Amino acid sequence: MNEVARRPIGRFVPLIVFAALVAFFVVGLVWNQTHDARFVPSPLIDKPAPAFRLPKLEQPTHFVSKVDLLGKPYLINVFASWCFACGDEHPVLMAYRDKFGIPLIGYDYKDAPQDARAWLQRHGNPYHEVIADRSGDTAIDFGVYGAPETYLIDARGIIRYKHIGPLTPEVIATELEPRIRELEDQGT
Amino acid sequence: MNPELGQVALILALLLSGLQCLLPIIGAWRGSKPLMATAPSLAIGQFVFVALAFGILAWSFWTNDFSVAYVAQNSNLSLPWYYKLSGVWGAHEGSLLLWMLILNLWTVAMVALGGKLPKAFFSRVIGVLGFVAFGFLLYMITTSNPFLRLFPVPPNGADLNPVLQDPGLVFHPPMLYMGYVGFSVAFSFAIASLLGGELKSTWVRWARPWTNVAWGFLTLGIVAGSAWAYYELGWGGWWFWDPVENASFMPWLIGAALIHAQAITDKRDGLRAWTLLLSIFGFAFSLLGTFLVRSGLLTSVHAFAFAPARGVFILVYLAVVVGGSLLLYALRAPKVTGGRSFALASRETMMVIGNLMLTVACAMVLLGTLYPLVGEALDIGRISVGPPYFGPLFLLLMTPLVLALPFGPLSRWGKADLRVWRNALIRIVALAIAAGIIGFVLGARSFYELLGITAAVWVMAGVALFAIKRWREAPRGKRYPFEMLGMMLAHFGIGVFIAGAILTRSMSVEQDVSMKPGSSVEVGAYDFHFNGVAETQGPNYRAQQGTVVITRNGKHIVTLHPQKRTYAGGQVQTEAAIRAGVFRDLYVSLGDSIGNGAWSLRVYDKPFVRWIWGGGVLMMLGGFTVVLDKRFRLRRAVEPETVRATPEPLVPPKLAEGEA
Repeated sequence: MNEVARRPIGRFVPLIVFAALVAFFVVGLVWNQTHDARFVPSPLIDKPAPAFRLPKLEQPTHFVSKVDLLGKPYLINVFASWCFACGDEHPVLMAYRDKFGIPLIGYDYKDAPQDARAWLQRHGNPYHEVIADRSGDTAIDFGVYGAPETYLIDARGIIRYKHIGPLTPEVIATELEPRIRELEDQGT
Repeated sequence: MNPELGQVALILALLLSGLQCLLPIIGAWRGSKPLMATAPSLAIGQFVFVALAFGILAWSFWTNDFSVAYVAQNSNLSLPWYYKLSGVWGAHEGSLLLWMLILNLWTVAMVALGGKLPKAFFSRVIGVLGFVAFGFLLYMITTSNPFLRLFPVPPNGADLNPVLQDPGLVFHPPMLYMGYVGFSVAFSFAIASLLGGELKSTWVRWARPWTNVAWGFLTLGIVAGSAWAYYELGWGGWWFWDPVENASFMPWLIGAALIHAQAITDKRDGLRAWTLLLSIFGFAFSLLGTFLVRSGLLTSVHAFAFAPARGVFILVYLAVVVGGSLLLYALRAPKVTGGRSFALASRETMMVIGNLMLTVACAMVLLGTLYPLVGEALDIGRISVGPPYFGPLFLLLMTPLVLALPFGPLSRWGKADLRVWRNALIRIVALAIAAGIIGFVLGARSFYELLGITAAVWVMAGVALFAIKRWREAPRGKRYPFEMLGMMLAHFGIGVFIAGAILTRSMSVEQDVSMKPGSSVEVGAYDFHFNGVAETQGPNYRAQQGTVVITRNGKHIVTLHPQKRTYAGGQVQTEAAIRAGVFRDLYVSLGDSIGNGAWSLRVYDKPFVRWIWGGGVLMMLGGFTVVLDKRFRLRRAVEPETVRATPEPLVPPKLAEGEA
């Protein structure tokens, strides 16, 4: 009458699932520290940005569309008041807003307008203009899958670069600024 | 007093905890009475040294000993005494020490109250608690020592994070930790039963009161945290799905599931394996919460690079505790075939639905919370999913739970009594619809308002019907045993919470306004009159203090003074002013000066917001009430009611201890 001899294999399922999770994290961490591949394939790179038309956060009756922004390069930064990584990114944006040399458009993603306004009032507003996508429909066209994300769009409305996650001074110096300068050189 | 003494105390506690893990478990395995008899004294000795270390750290705060790095980082000469005390647990190292102290308190309570448990079982429980303590103490001493010295000694400290300078935070972490750590008792009962190869589930009855108390404290901790966020963050929200909140919410969900699973195992001998697993996971989530929140790992794996020792230790410790427990479970769990079968419309089915929904909700929260971490581990960028993810999914998962909730207590164990079901269903539906109509007549128009009213009455009507049923059917004096009373309180609390959460959401009126002194704004039925801003001085901050007079139909209601504080370290903190009431809060928070004496202000009329926390407090009381039930009074166990599976444990003792 050995109870254990008849143990069903199903007992091991929780252990196996847990072990898989741990292995995943360990591999992820080791991979992350040994590989410095910051390359994110995005199907939208070097494709035209989707045609959008979104209300301004401060004046919901006024709309901004893609056409209004054509003619010079600009940055779109996807943020939300509920997004914690955006809180980390925010001081960086405040420090760099005038150093980019091109407009920084805030893209308020799936957010209650009053929360976003209060958030910007509380922390300061780094954006030259803020547009609000409350439903998140336009964000699907952009391929946004969370906040924060940043898009560099050129004068002809083509997405030239996309960064997922918070911008940091290093990312700006090594990735973003060279591309902005490149666009500016092409423009002149 | 000398901080190095604190360090020595911690090291001695570490040694004692190692012994507390080894000796009683070996004793239980060998059947050696002297070895088992060491358990109480080892536990108490460890408590004494941890309490000493805690006292020394508190003393360093009290005497402004800035030679202690932790004190210098989290205190300041002008900090009021009560925040100096709460500063002890204001950051990572100290909060671990608090965790340890509370673990010791639970262990000592176990020693004091568990004397009537079978000796071998009791020894294993204490041994497992010793193992948990050993891991924590080792982590503290090797990576998070609160007694590190700082040279040169700074003349003044950096100050406690102003967000944490609030009465709510004096109580919030200790209550939360009482809950987290409390789950270690249910965990140690489960592991002890696995180690001993208990065939019967008697241990579940012994564990139940501990689980209920732990869950009650956790509920209180979460309520305190939510209330604190409400008035301290200046947002007027009460739940943000932020990683820290989620970390405490996950063990709460598992705890709620565990309470019900334990009841089924205790009374019907069913769901044994499930109860074991929930006991393990409840504690695993408590560990995750404790570690990840204060070490900063939850939001970024960069913290791993910043403090690799901490990160690696946490991963290894979690892997050993959870992996070891699950291995033990796989090897030793009793056969699942136990338990009586039950019909579809029985009480068991309702409780299983609730259990499933709670666990799935916990998995959902876990996924959303770790999403940024997973994204970063895979190098696709750290992004938050936030309330757009959590809100709708949680609502979706809780709907079946709320629908099933009234029928759990009303239906019978095992059997389906469809007549009872039909009667109950008709009455509950009728009452909920009636409540909706009354709400409509009283002026509720939006979908959410009506939903809130009907859903709350749905749950409350179930509790009321159950109370009536017991009154009619049970003999006098046995109508409402404490166990049942606790259940009714907690379920009623859920109804109150639902009313609060949904009505606040749909009926709140909020406005961001810019106001000049002397101007007024109307919010809801209230008139907010702004009388300008003046400078005031607090103990360790300067504040701009606004004066807002609120009237209704010309009648003075209250005068509020929202503040914007600038602390010694330069941090700015909003302090909302709130007039709290049973049916509504009036809330004013001060924004920025926009020139010409005008200020931006945030004003709210928030009806029923207190019901959210009121519901939580009822749930907590429910958890505490259950414990008083006669069912849980231990009779002296003449020696085990439990039977050993085999004469010898199947796992060699060394392995078994490592896994515990």
